[in-house]
Amino acid sequence: MRISRNLRVGLMGAVLVCSMTGLGFAAVPLYRMFCEATGLNGTTQRGLRAPGATGQKITVAFDSNVSPKLPWKFVPERRADTIDIGGRDMAFFTATNTFSRPLTGTATFNVTPAQVGKYFTKIQCFCFTQQTLQPGETVRMPVIFFVDPKILNDPDARDVEEITLSYTFYPVDSPKTPS
Amino acid sequence: MTDTALPYTAAHDHSHAEHDADHKPGFFARWFMSTNHKDIGTLYLIFAIFAGIIGGAISGVMRAELMQPGIQYLPWWVAKLHGEGTFDEAMHFWNVLITAHGLIMVFFMVMPAMIGGFGNWFVPIMIGAPDMAFPRMNNISFWLTVAGFVLLMLSPFVGVGAGTGWTVYAPLSTYGEPGPSVDFAIFSLHLAGAASILGAINFITTIFNMRAPGMTLHKMPLFAWSVLVTAFLLLLALPVLAAAITMLITDRNFGTAFYDPQYGGDPVLYQHLFWFFGHPEVYIMILPGFGIVSHIIATFSRKPVFGYLGMAYAMVAIGLVGFVVWAHHMFTTGLPVTVKMYFTAATMVIAVPTGVKIFSWIATMWGGSISFKTPMVWAIGFIFMFTVGGVTGVVLANGGVDDYMQDTYYVVAHFHYVLSLGAVFSLFAGFYYWFPKMTGKMYSEVLGHVHFWVFFAGVNLLFFPMHFLGLQGMPRRIPDYTDQYAYWNHMATVGYMVMAAGMAVFFVNIIYSLLAGKKAEANPWGEGATTLEWTLSSPPPFHQFETLPKID
Repeated sequence: MRISRNLRVGLMGAVLVCSMTGLGFAAVPLYRMFCEATGLNGTTQRGLRAPGATGQKITVAFDSNVSPKLPWKFVPERRADTIDIGGRDMAFFTATNTFSRPLTGTATFNVTPAQVGKYFTKIQCFCFTQQTLQPGETVRMPVIFFVDPKILNDPDARDVEEITLSYTFYPVDSPKTPS
Repeated sequence: MTDTALPYTAAHDHSHAEHDADHKPGFFARWFMSTNHKDIGTLYLIFAIFAGIIGGAISGVMRAELMQPGIQYLPWWVAKLHGEGTFDEAMHFWNVLITAHGLIMVFFMVMPAMIGGFGNWFVPIMIGAPDMAFPRMNNISFWLTVAGFVLLMLSPFVGVGAGTGWTVYAPLSTYGEPGPSVDFAIFSLHLAGAASILGAINFITTIFNMRAPGMTLHKMPLFAWSVLVTAFLLLLALPVLAAAITMLITDRNFGTAFYDPQYGGDPVLYQHLFWFFGHPEVYIMILPGFGIVSHIIATFSRKPVFGYLGMAYAMVAIGLVGFVVWAHHMFTTGLPVTVKMYFTAATMVIAVPTGVKIFSWIATMWGGSISFKTPMVWAIGFIFMFTVGGVTGVVLANGGVDDYMQDTYYVVAHFHYVLSLGAVFSLFAGFYYWFPKMTGKMYSEVLGHVHFWVFFAGVNLLFFPMHFLGLQGMPRRIPDYTDQYAYWNHMATVGYMVMAAGMAVFFVNIIYSLLAGKKAEANPWGEGATTLEWTLSSPPPFHQFETLPKID
């Protein structure tokens, strides 16, 4: 009688431990979803249509990085654009494969300062898909985005005059990425 | 019923039961295959003292280096350990020292002493149980802890040593420090964590199922309450750490990229996971101390503890709120202002149940017939130290202030006041309080007081100046500093020496008392000591409560 009661409580404890362990690993996709939903850490949003220019200006700077494991050259065509808040803008990046074999890469992205993540909305981006470049091939890659006019009403973002949009290309064949 | 005074009636005559109850197995079977909660508790305490000596010696090496600006001894130590060493290796050795000190003190000194040592010894006795629910699992817990410690001690000998800090932050711990040393340290955490989880399940089962007849949860002594809350914190927090550091291992060795931004991971995620464990962890280290101190204050004031239910549920509240404040360790990681506001406010809320405890201890002493025996002075010292650490904690809880204080000596001062002084003072208090019960010998009251006053003076001289250093902007985890910090660093090292002298008195006291201490009565503390352990002989029989006590 005593044994089985103890075993029951002990097993309940074990179940709790297993579920907390599961939750620990589940934190990886959950954290990603949370960042996408709230713009935490400068995670950008996705949208379909720009709401239209408001006349207020903001500067968007472009930053490009490549993982050391991916032998590509990757640069923005212009370092910065000054755009209308609410208006659609298109920027181009060029990537060149300097390696002797075709390589596939994809890019992570974020914006700084982090609090504008929830207002920076991409309509189309090369970072949504994987890119395969033949040896020596150079491609121009567009990103179409707008800055949500709601940024004008956010006291935390009031003093933001420049947004930096940053990309990091990394190879997708070898080291796999989580989820 | 707000009274922990629990008169009980044993159904049988005691001396009758002791004939069989005190039969002990041979030396090897008793200490290496032990399933007896008191023996395992003793093993944990010996282990914790041993680990504490190593961790304390490491801090001595660090304080010696910090006594003067410039680099004095680190290259010498590196040359001793690895042969001819470069300056970079000497700097890395510093990181190895701070990492080892933190990990040893947290996982192999405070936790084994509080939970494994005193928890094992006194939770079953206090609730009137013959032993723990799973005695053999108890044995596994202890030896897993030892194995974890061995792995950590091996770590500097299989490579350059783990220099990641006890937090093992990515990306330093992923691609920043390759080699097996950090892997050893991480596996050491896995083992220590698994040991604690098994121990926690054991305590929860014991406390839920094996209380003596009439011992309801609301009559249960506060130390048992504190261990129950601690066990739940362990159960909820440690698996998250295990998951987080398992992902570190796979990032380091198997090509995953959970924390590597170059492959779409996020190093800040590691910090979230670590501190989701790490903040409850600090309550894991201090809550059993709260329980110990409550008993000591009540015993030596000859009054039941003030506000028993409030004390118990304050610990529950601290445990619950402790899970939703973790990002106050991450104020400088770029959190949005609103998030910082939430974590600031939530952190300050913890001061409320903590204040309930502090004031209840004072109210317990109020109007009591206080005798200043050694455990009592340690307990009062604990209240003072913990309050100082709590106040600086409220300062640091402010996100805006923390932007400046982050990673300065102010933080070092804060967490040493709550842990090195708070938790350690409660450990010494409990050690002196229960020493007669555990060994059957009285300690030396004079040496106990000398130990307290020397240690008290030493640690305050050691840690209080760190507030000044931190406010002036001295960064932690750096072995060198500019001349402006020289004065208070010098004083802090002098404080370390005073503290070490106090520890020498402690060891003299243990040896003297074990060899020549007066024989302890069943209850050396008089009418104030009301929990069940004082109804047993000192030391208790090998098996107690073969006939369960009845609680009225």
